[in-house]
Amino acid sequence: MTALLSVNGVTKQFRGLLAVDSVTFDVAGGEIFAVIGPNGAGKTTLFNMVAGMLAPTSGSITFAGERIEGLAPDKICRRGIGRTFQIVRPFPALTVEDNVIIGALLHRRDVDDAREHASNVLRRLDLYVKRNQTASSLTLPDRKRLELARALATDPKLLLLDEVMAGLRPMEVDVVVATLRELNRETGLTILLIEHVMRAVMALAGRVLVLHHGAAIADGAPDAVVRNPAVIDSYLGAEAVG
Amino acid sequence: MIRRLTAGVPARALLLLCVLLVGFLVAPLFAGDYVLTVLILILYFAYTGQAWNIMMGFAGQLSLGHALYVGLGAYSAAALYVHFGLGPWIGLLVAVPVAALTGAFIGFLAFRFRVAGVYFAILTIAFAEFARVGFDHFGWTNASSGLFLPVAQYARNDLWQLRGHPVMFYYVLLAATVLAFILCRALLKSRIGYFWLAIREDEEAARSAGIDVFHYKMIAVVISAAMTSFAGVVYAFYYNNLFPEQVFNISRSIDIILGPIAGGVGTLFGPILGSFVIEILGEGLRSLLESFGIDVPGIKQVVFGAILLLVVVAMPDGVWPWLARKLGLTEQQK
Repeated sequence: MTALLSVNGVTKQFRGLLAVDSVTFDVAGGEIFAVIGPNGAGKTTLFNMVAGMLAPTSGSITFAGERIEGLAPDKICRRGIGRTFQIVRPFPALTVEDNVIIGALLHRRDVDDAREHASNVLRRLDLYVKRNQTASSLTLPDRKRLELARALATDPKLLLLDEVMAGLRPMEVDVVVATLRELNRETGLTILLIEHVMRAVMALAGRVLVLHHGAAIADGAPDAVVRNPAVIDSYLGAEAVG
Repeated sequence: MIRRLTAGVPARALLLLCVLLVGFLVAPLFAGDYVLTVLILILYFAYTGQAWNIMMGFAGQLSLGHALYVGLGAYSAAALYVHFGLGPWIGLLVAVPVAALTGAFIGFLAFRFRVAGVYFAILTIAFAEFARVGFDHFGWTNASSGLFLPVAQYARNDLWQLRGHPVMFYYVLLAATVLAFILCRALLKSRIGYFWLAIREDEEAARSAGIDVFHYKMIAVVISAAMTSFAGVVYAFYYNNLFPEQVFNISRSIDIILGPIAGGVGTLFGPILGSFVIEILGEGLRSLLESFGIDVPGIKQVVFGAILLLVVVAMPDGVWPWLARKLGLTEQQK
């Protein structure tokens, strides 16, 4: 099995702070992979290195057989990695449809083609009826879904989700989980998510990597990882494992 | 092509647009010299405002130095005419590339080194000021003593040499305004237009959606500069004199942006409506005061300030979005 994304010995140092310490993991095509860990563990830094917002101090990141570390975010997106932001960033003054058309135009030259593709994505995410509303008028769960729609419209091979469940109610989490599973099952989309909401991680992820103080302390199937004493100790707390 | 340009536009908006165009076409038949002068100013600011709007309204890049491109266009064409007898339409072949390349240079400096927001605006002012000081000492264009185009009484309108009655300039500017309007509509409905709006709304998110932000910002500044330089060529042949102190002055840049700001930044009709509002109110008040025998120097500027204040407070999106709602002209739901 060849990995779609391969992170190899990646380290990020901010002056005196070692934010990510030689992290290595592979994400196979079609897999849903979660990165968890306490606040400040380096999850977002790791995420930003994959997405191109930050260049690693050392180590390599390989996507679909090509090195991508240090590339600009737009180049990384064009190679097939879509992302969402932890704090949502839709284009506020534009309509829901235009937001998604912009994503769809990445690999389509014709606006009508892009609109059609955008409509399909919007239907899949149950946003089609709201397509003429401006993004700024949406509720938080809808804005999160819109970000997901915009990222999906770029036809990614790998989708990076930065705490897409944060701030959602349990019911809403279940809806997003169902959507992501469906996407993964039907289109073979590979997903790498950073997540605090364990309910979503347990339901979604095939594999989990746990970061603590920038280093990977566990890597494996979700139910094995949550019983790992080091993980319970550093992150989950004893009461979390019922 | 036409179908795509008019898609989603209500029929009555198209009808009103046609009525407006016919109104503009026949206006010189009824307008006296003074009204014609005001109409020429309106069209001039509608056109340059439209060009500026591409950068600010579409791509979100605030230029406060658009007088630079007017001046470069004006000086290029005028100098070629004075020194080599080359007509303005030939002059355009030099004026447009000069302005576009200058825009590209400023854009490259700013966008490559991530100069954004007010700092970008200051950079555009700085280059307009460089040009003002530079042309003040540039002997070939007569430095600060000013460059004059030979003026004579022309029996007939010579469109090729752009010599003739103000009515001819009126129609040249009207054609330019109409073409600019159509071009901007086409751009806004194209892939480039969508990417511009994305950059305007959130540059970081645009980048993460795969948009080469540098590339599309460069396209905006080059198109805007090239379009603006045409207005400069017309300016030179209409006024027949050019002084660096006037042409490149920052207040000329401000004049250009008043229309679109009053009318509605980022809208297609804002620059046109805005230049109407600004000029009619400014000129109207002045002539009203004059008719009472009151001559207040600078009253126009005070009025401009008051209008802007009013617009910003009462209609922060500009007059056009408000008027469009009143007229029921908002885009139809697809």
